[in-house]
Amino acid sequence: MELKGKGALVTGASKGLGAALAAELARVGARIALVARGAGELSRVAAEIRATGGEAHALPANVADKRAAHAIAGSAAALVGPIELLIHNASTLGPVPLRLLLDTDCEDLDHVLEVNLVGPFRLTKIVAGAMALRGSGLVLHVSSDAAVAAYPRWGAYGVSKAAQDHLSRILAAELSPAGVRFLSVDPGEMDTEMHAAAMPDADRAALPAPAAVARRIASMIRQAERIENGARLEAGSWKEAG
Amino acid sequence: MIPARWPREDAASERLLVVDPRAETFRDARIGELPFLLRPDDLLVLNDAATLPASLAGRGPRGEPIEARLLGELASGTFRAVLLGPGDWRQRTEDRAAPARVEAGDRLAFAGLSATVERVSRISLRLIELRFDRSGADFWLALYRAGRPVQYAYTSRPIELWQVQVAYASRPWAVEMPSAGRPLRWDLLLALRARGTRFARVTHAAGLSSTGDAALDAALPLPERFEIPPGTVEAVASAHRAGGRVIAVGTSVARALEGAAQGGALIEGTGETDLVIGPGYRPRVVDGLLTGTHEPSASHFALLHAFAPAALLARASEHAERAGYLTHEFGDSWLVLPRSTA
Repeated sequence: MELKGKGALVTGASKGLGAALAAELARVGARIALVARGAGELSRVAAEIRATGGEAHALPANVADKRAAHAIAGSAAALVGPIELLIHNASTLGPVPLRLLLDTDCEDLDHVLEVNLVGPFRLTKIVAGAMALRGSGLVLHVSSDAAVAAYPRWGAYGVSKAAQDHLSRILAAELSPAGVRFLSVDPGEMDTEMHAAAMPDADRAALPAPAAVARRIASMIRQAERIENGARLEAGSWKEAG
Repeated sequence: MIPARWPREDAASERLLVVDPRAETFRDARIGELPFLLRPDDLLVLNDAATLPASLAGRGPRGEPIEARLLGELASGTFRAVLLGPGDWRQRTEDRAAPARVEAGDRLAFAGLSATVERVSRISLRLIELRFDRSGADFWLALYRAGRPVQYAYTSRPIELWQVQVAYASRPWAVEMPSAGRPLRWDLLLALRARGTRFARVTHAAGLSSTGDAALDAALPLPERFEIPPGTVEAVASAHRAGGRVIAVGTSVARALEGAAQGGALIEGTGETDLVIGPGYRPRVVDGLLTGTHEPSASHFALLHAFAPAALLARASEHAERAGYLTHEFGDSWLVLPRSTA
């Protein structure tokens, strides 16, 4: 999809991949609404984007908060126009160090599902109907290889990401006739705070920077019409063409 | 007529009175039958405005309780608004006490948000321009925190913001829900699409249905902002070329489309309209109408006279009353079919 002038909503945009995606999409002309819980960091990211000539609006809010869903979607549309691109990037690992499932509190699993699955679903429900009426729009779920591989100790997170991948596929099956596209993208390992929290012993210098991964994902978004609707892609094997 | 006091679970089974001006007949149906009542090549035009949390409870300059209802954004952070006095959602707007009198320069305080009265209208002292002390993202989040949807005295309990959104809502422009589109869930919209019905959209800042102030109510509708996207102009032309009919979902869509065609042809772009459609008005764009069930005394009912003969509407309305059709925002619907054979 062409991004210039389009309204985009990016969650988890205060750091890591979310911040890098917001910056990259703004660089190619999209109008960005950024969502994250931390108001200070989020404002800084938005200010940096504006300083380089992009359009960015900071909406400090929690995607897991039921009462915030209409505030997020409504404020974003008021500020950047109809949302044509929705990126579900915000997510939580649950308690770290990561635990075996039998040691995971039910409440913690509940919370991970709320942030990684139900919150995004609520936003999609609010935003994707207007996309279907317009006959265009893209909802992108940031996934993980933990959605596919059964890594011990990644239970809560892995379950939520596997469910999110399937949510994306079913939404694609339902809304393909109306022209709304859904993608799941596994960004691969990156040098982020989340990676450091999950794997504190990893060599951060060996990991790709979020900005490099964001460029690949932005390329996927520009080519979205050529990708099968509902597909799950890996950023690492994506050949940047556009 | 009896209002629907609460949104119903199964929108598809809500009642639909099909009024056929050509045959001068009407008959009972259900919303779920729409795909069989419209024809392939018909164009359904919907208002994709999301509903604002337009009702703000707060305090006037001397601490008096007031409610401000936002009517529409004039500039970033500046809104036209109507003030109401003390009271709550259980009271009809016309029974609410008058608000404390305000003047330009007065400050109004809401939860986490305050504003300055910029101007008081000559139409009514309750109609004001309000400049909020925040703008941009700060303003919008604060508005969603402080505001509630405009309430209706007939509902069995207060309604929440999600209950006044259509299933395809985009930018928050509407003060009250564009309610004709409320029963259109995606199951039904996709069924219509699969049969060949096309969709187009307008965004229309549907305003307040009543303010409780006789002078102001007499001046309704105030000019309302609309946007006609280029794709809608093309879709209307192509529907008419193919012999399809343009069905407006709601009076706000009819007003936007007709308002944007006052020069003769429908044109794209944004504008404001205070066009009143009623008896004697000859529609230029809209052929038929899906709308709520309205009392014969309502202005929304007057609009129907541009689409069907008065005698037929009167008979249909008597039938709806007898048959127990429910009115208002969560009520049953009417489909007024096109007059022409085209």
